[in-house]
Amino acid sequence: MSLQLFTQYLFSGITYGILYAIVAIGFNIIYNTTGIINFAQGEFVMLGGMCAISLHEYMPLPAAILLAVIITGIIGGLIEIIFIRWLDSPSVLRMIIITIGLSILIREAALFVWGESVRSLPYFNGDAVTSVQIFGANISPQVLWVIGVCSVIVVGLSLFFQFTYAGREMRACAANRTAATLCGINTRSKITWSFMLSAGIGAVAGCVMSPITYTQYDIGPGLAIKGFTVVILGGLGNSMAAVAAGLLLGIVESFSIIVVPMAYQEVISIAILLIVLFVRPHGLFGSSETACLQDF
Amino acid sequence: MALLEIKNLSRSFGGLQAVSDISFSLVEGMIKAVIGPNGAGKTTLFNLICGNIPLSAGTIRFQGQHIERLKSHQIAALGMSRTFQNIKIFPGMTALENVMVGCHTRSRAGFIAAMLRLPQTFREEREIRRRSLELLELVEIPQTADCEAASLSFGQQRAVELARALAAGPSLLLLDEPAAGLNIYETAELARLITKIKELGVTILLVEHDMSLVMDISDEIVVLDFGRKLAEDIPARIQQNRAVIQVYLGDDEDA
Amino acid sequence: MGISKRNIPVLLLIALVVIVQLITAGTDTSFYLTQLTMTAYYSLVIIGLCLLMGYAGQLSLGHAGFFAIGGYVSAALTTHNLIGLRHNQLIELLNKTGLLSMGQDIYGEKILTVIPWAACLAAILVTIIIAFAIGKPVLKLKGHYLAMATLGFGIIIFRFAMATEYFGEADGISGVPPFHLLPGLTVSGDFGARISNYYIAWGLVLLGMILSLNLVNSRVGRALRAIHGSEEAAAAMGINASRFKLYTFVISAVFAALAGVMLTHYNGGIGPSEASVMKSVRYVAIIAIGGMSSLWGALCMGVILNFMSLRGMFGSYDGAVFGAILVAMMLFAPDGILRLPLLKKLWRKNGPARN
Repeated sequence: MSLQLFTQYLFSGITYGILYAIVAIGFNIIYNTTGIINFAQGEFVMLGGMCAISLHEYMPLPAAILLAVIITGIIGGLIEIIFIRWLDSPSVLRMIIITIGLSILIREAALFVWGESVRSLPYFNGDAVTSVQIFGANISPQVLWVIGVCSVIVVGLSLFFQFTYAGREMRACAANRTAATLCGINTRSKITWSFMLSAGIGAVAGCVMSPITYTQYDIGPGLAIKGFTVVILGGLGNSMAAVAAGLLLGIVESFSIIVVPMAYQEVISIAILLIVLFVRPHGLFGSSETACLQDF
Repeated sequence: MALLEIKNLSRSFGGLQAVSDISFSLVEGMIKAVIGPNGAGKTTLFNLICGNIPLSAGTIRFQGQHIERLKSHQIAALGMSRTFQNIKIFPGMTALENVMVGCHTRSRAGFIAAMLRLPQTFREEREIRRRSLELLELVEIPQTADCEAASLSFGQQRAVELARALAAGPSLLLLDEPAAGLNIYETAELARLITKIKELGVTILLVEHDMSLVMDISDEIVVLDFGRKLAEDIPARIQQNRAVIQVYLGDDEDA
Repeated sequence: MGISKRNIPVLLLIALVVIVQLITAGTDTSFYLTQLTMTAYYSLVIIGLCLLMGYAGQLSLGHAGFFAIGGYVSAALTTHNLIGLRHNQLIELLNKTGLLSMGQDIYGEKILTVIPWAACLAAILVTIIIAFAIGKPVLKLKGHYLAMATLGFGIIIFRFAMATEYFGEADGISGVPPFHLLPGLTVSGDFGARISNYYIAWGLVLLGMILSLNLVNSRVGRALRAIHGSEEAAAAMGINASRFKLYTFVISAVFAALAGVMLTHYNGGIGPSEASVMKSVRYVAIIAIGGMSSLWGALCMGVILNFMSLRGMFGSYDGAVFGAILVAMMLFAPDGILRLPLLKKLWRKNGPARN
């Protein structure tokens, strides 16, 4: 394989990988504060992209994206307030079914509003044929946008959880909700915030990815299962490991085209998910002893 | 020959030695009690014997057979039954059905036979029902047979659990704090019941906090402290044992 | 044995099946039978899944996958022309044993295909093997992990059907021949065979129901409920939880696969949408509404909702309706619609008093 082709595959893998990582971080944020895996996580990405595309007709791109992220964040918060908040220690099965039901409802609503058509945001710089030369490979500047923006999210989140008061409160809430409540932390509002945050970063990813991957009402479930694969690869609740795992999955998927036809690509990543679940359910990086120690 | 023989049994969780180097044996037909302050390792010991958690070192022999590598359902099938400290009754089933589950190891009907309701399955089912009713009578709550088990009183639930454990026809019965949560009258009832079960030829190992019950019914007592065996003797002499008194009443010199 | 209390619902179901058929015959609305037949096959999937979810307590978000395995294997074997391979030793052997049949397609070309009986058995066998292979590791998982693993399995089957030429990619397989079950009984979408197909389908549902009820009210059923209640206590009773869960998984997969085989022959084809995640979610939704561990509840809801959906009563909101049902049920009546507080009160007032 030529260096040029290798670089091409590599960047494609990194782009997708970082998208999966963002979805995975969204899963982890909600899981850490509530113990729920939100099956509607992929829908947040779709909503972010769709809202931005619609808003862009009326306003410049940065404003449209900002507003789309805020709207999606509010939707995330509302979901928590309307459907999750008042349930009294629901069983895992119940939460799985509720979030699956919500994902269907969001998807159907999107189908109703935006139809089946495939849409996309314009490229942030230039257009579809603009490219930057890296090791002889033509890389779209949008790819650099994705990598840049997502890196900022990851670093920003880790700083947020490490150094801000709100972030530390959320971590306390994750470690032991009862103890956090006893320390005077309003755990309820922290949970709502975690849904908003999770939906918001999903929406950011949905916007920066839109020019490359396009946005359609039904992209959610596919992203959710990839995101979950990454969550499992990195170990449930561990967001830093999720970034590494996301890149790994993206790159493996991208290079798998060499040996497996494109149509089977999703089969590859889900097979990886199943194998990891069977062999190392606590993740590639975690050990079974520390699997119970959650951290962001 | 000893029915149950435990040798140099150890189990650690991370750096904590929950059970270390414990040995004792249980002769057929006796009631043996394991006592000790909170955190002495009683429950861990129980879980090790039942195969609920793997051991770190040592051997356990039941009816002469090594069981330390077996899974808990395999050990149960060999004839070791147990009850649980915080009652684990099967919800959504009647008291009778709960006891019928206990007959599991004594019956055979598999998936196919059960689906087709073969004649021998039918007969087996009738036999299980008859036996379970008998056991409910033995534990003196036959009137509860068709009540949902979860709706019974605490004492009755204990009795159902006991009947369920006996349904397997065990040679060894492990009782995990059977008197926990019972008042003194219920405890006295329980003592009578346990003695009755012993008379049926079932060997009993129990973990218990209630000293009066333990001193009343046990033939021998093992005292644990910090995961080690402190003493093993008949009740009268355990009551006189200086080390045991220290553990329970605190060290005189420190006081 | 006389008519015991437990047999009454079964007899009611038989009566209802016959009465519905007579009504449609009397009112000249026998076109309903088509949807009722399809409903019956979907209900078969639901009975099987109810055993797994309600009694063994294991969630499966991939049951449409088993339905599709049954349907696709049967469809592929009965439609793919083996004439080019007829000198292959294996094919020759199969032909000699009567497992293959020679026919002609509409252009007069000779086609050599597997007979439906053999294809059906092959489909069931493949399902059993896959269910064992996938069930063994999957059932060790719990909660979210189990949900995602079964969902993943479902998606793999869906993607595989979509991407494989042998299975017709996005178009699926059509032209599946009728299935001559017994002399005079043929599973096909032929108008003339509408009534007999209705009875075949409901006969299978009845059979599935009786077998399941027997299972639930047996030593095995009690063991399953015990596992559901407390796996630790069940193990202390000598119950091998993983084996019981696995066998239930396989049985429920076989129910789904059999339904897939039959419906494929009835419709004359199968497409990848049968394997889609939405289908699996829909099966789960119906069981949730019926009240998890209630075979009759699941069957009732399965019949009502599938029939309404097949008649197109939800229009383009089909998916949304099922999504809304799922959310509403889990929020307000997680124990099923029959155990809603309001209905429960009515039941207490008018129904037989409980002990």
